[in-house]
Amino acid sequence: MDSLLAEVQEIFRAVFDRPDLVITRESNASNVEDWDSLTHINLVMAIEKKYKIKFALGELKELENVGDLLDLIQKKLSAK
Amino acid sequence: MRSSSVLNLSLDELVLHRRRLRRELLAAEGLKDIRIAVLGGTTTNEVVDLLEILLLAHGFRPEFHQSEYGRYYEDAVLEPHEIAAFKPDLIYIHTCSKNIRTWPPIACTEAELGSYVDAELSRYRAIWDSLDKNIGCQIVQNNFELPSHAILGNLDAVSPGGATRFIQEMNRQFALEAQSNPRLTLQDLSSISARIGLDHWFDPERWFSYKIVNTVEASFAIASSLAALVRAMFGRTRKLLVLDLDNTLWGGIIGDDGPDKIVLGRETPVAEAYTAFQEYCLSLRERGILLAVCSKNEEATAKLGFAHPDSVLRLEHLSAFRANWDPKHENILSIAKELNLGADSFVFVDDNPAERAIVEAQIPGIAVPDVGSEVSKFIAIIEANRYFEQLSMAREDLDRARLYEENAKRATLESKFANYGEYLDSLEMTAEIDTFNSTYMERITQLTNKSNQFNLTTRRYTLAEIESTAADGNHIGIYGRLTDRFGDNGLISVVLGAIDGRKLHLDLWLMSCRVLKREMEIAMLDSLVARAREKNIREIVGYYFPTSKNAMVADHYPKLGFQPLSKDESTGSTVWVLDITTYEPRSRHIRILEHVHG
Repeated sequence: MDSLLAEVQEIFRAVFDRPDLVITRESNASNVEDWDSLTHINLVMAIEKKYKIKFALGELKELENVGDLLDLIQKKLSAK
Repeated sequence: MRSSSVLNLSLDELVLHRRRLRRELLAAEGLKDIRIAVLGGTTTNEVVDLLEILLLAHGFRPEFHQSEYGRYYEDAVLEPHEIAAFKPDLIYIHTCSKNIRTWPPIACTEAELGSYVDAELSRYRAIWDSLDKNIGCQIVQNNFELPSHAILGNLDAVSPGGATRFIQEMNRQFALEAQSNPRLTLQDLSSISARIGLDHWFDPERWFSYKIVNTVEASFAIASSLAALVRAMFGRTRKLLVLDLDNTLWGGIIGDDGPDKIVLGRETPVAEAYTAFQEYCLSLRERGILLAVCSKNEEATAKLGFAHPDSVLRLEHLSAFRANWDPKHENILSIAKELNLGADSFVFVDDNPAERAIVEAQIPGIAVPDVGSEVSKFIAIIEANRYFEQLSMAREDLDRARLYEENAKRATLESKFANYGEYLDSLEMTAEIDTFNSTYMERITQLTNKSNQFNLTTRRYTLAEIESTAADGNHIGIYGRLTDRFGDNGLISVVLGAIDGRKLHLDLWLMSCRVLKREMEIAMLDSLVARAREKNIREIVGYYFPTSKNAMVADHYPKLGFQPLSKDESTGSTVWVLDITTYEPRSRHIRILEHVHG
């Protein structure tokens, strides 16, 4: 498991209050229980804080799953 | 997790671990249920989630009903029955400048501006009226933050067509409405947003994406202010500020440096800062918050600090004074005992982190803000916690400090008499006891929510509930005011009974602790019996429900001659009965003012 996925998984576990939650690159709002719009906002806020990045308006709408999210984080980190 | 530690978490941690915190806090015992309906002009979920955590940390278990996004008007005016069915204790209407329907046009004239304000205001009046008529609970309505951009620049606040000017006119009208309507509580979003700063308040990306108009910091500020209002509604406002002396009320160590060397006055920046903090404390006292001193010092030396020519605070401003070498938590508990107040209604301010830690650990419920050691920051840190929020200013609040001063004089007098009856006679007490009437409804409601110690059932009432008991003919509700040679104690006792045939069930019997041991309860019973007889009642049934605070009234009914009826072994609740067919009035030391009802 790559380290970025592991770190993001920790954020998911905290936000969802599920210490044993396992996410993969294929996880998305339809296959993770309780992933509603407000949880989504909290996830995004936590990720932005942790990596000191900011997602642009509309950027998140195009993401299909956690894999896309990880790629976007990686892209922003390497652009820093 | 201790609830007080939740309140010290950073907002980031709070958001990240919200679900876990919620789960842990919900496991606490003795949480007070409260039902809150939220009618939002924007998405309110974030505010509600944060409010839930804060209320849980303050000992409430809230349940929420939220309107669909933007349907605050429709839900309140067209379909209030759904909200009514939820049976809220409190309705919060959260609207913002995005919800203004019709802004005045840029060419608006001074003469036309009023009609734009009226048009907007009338929508809100319709909301408040409908909620009042259909539900009747307390309403919290926020005023408006200033607009996110002011296209006319400085002129925006001046020109009748300026958005800033319009918001300020609206806010003025909201203040007038709240001032004249006791069911309407204003949340001052205009000030709350200003403290954060409008550029840190609005977040256009969140508005476009989620219809949340503000940042998460702003949501947290809104939730914190609401939590303080809820605490105020349920009588959990802080009542007393306990102050350390050396390096808290003045700079330096009075015992080492000497009373004339303490840092206070206008000569240096640091002296100015201590003086400003003293002025802040005095202003709290003037609005009804009591002050007490708790310091590790020799008492005589400590008192000299208040004789310093630059001391704003004087000894007579202090309701209790402890300067000795005993542990501070013991001193604070003895202050609580002396003043008949719960130490959980105290705020403790001390520059020494070790003293703060031990007091916080030893006294459950006391507020110990982390004020640090820089006096110039004390005020902002204390104020940010909104300890002293209250819903209205009653005359009693403004007079409270004076009342405690008079009590001190009474205590001096008490020691001069051979027996207690003689002392009571010397007080020359006069009581006004009468049925609930419109003059006192607010004060009666306030007392039902504030009294914890001399309170037999600890039932809390809203203004609407008190008003309905006065009107429905099935209740006998009386209040008592007590005056003596030292002054007017104000309205200090309430008894409320529900009529059931020949029986009167006492839902409420409470009294302010500042008139303990004055035989006021006997005068109240005399009056209650007289009124009960007019309704052909034969028996009065009294209930005692124990709480962590009302042990002082466990024997209230037997002391008044009630006979035991039953006891619930698991809860400790007791039921008592008094046959009033042969009752003779008993009050001996209080003159009762008779009222002639026209």
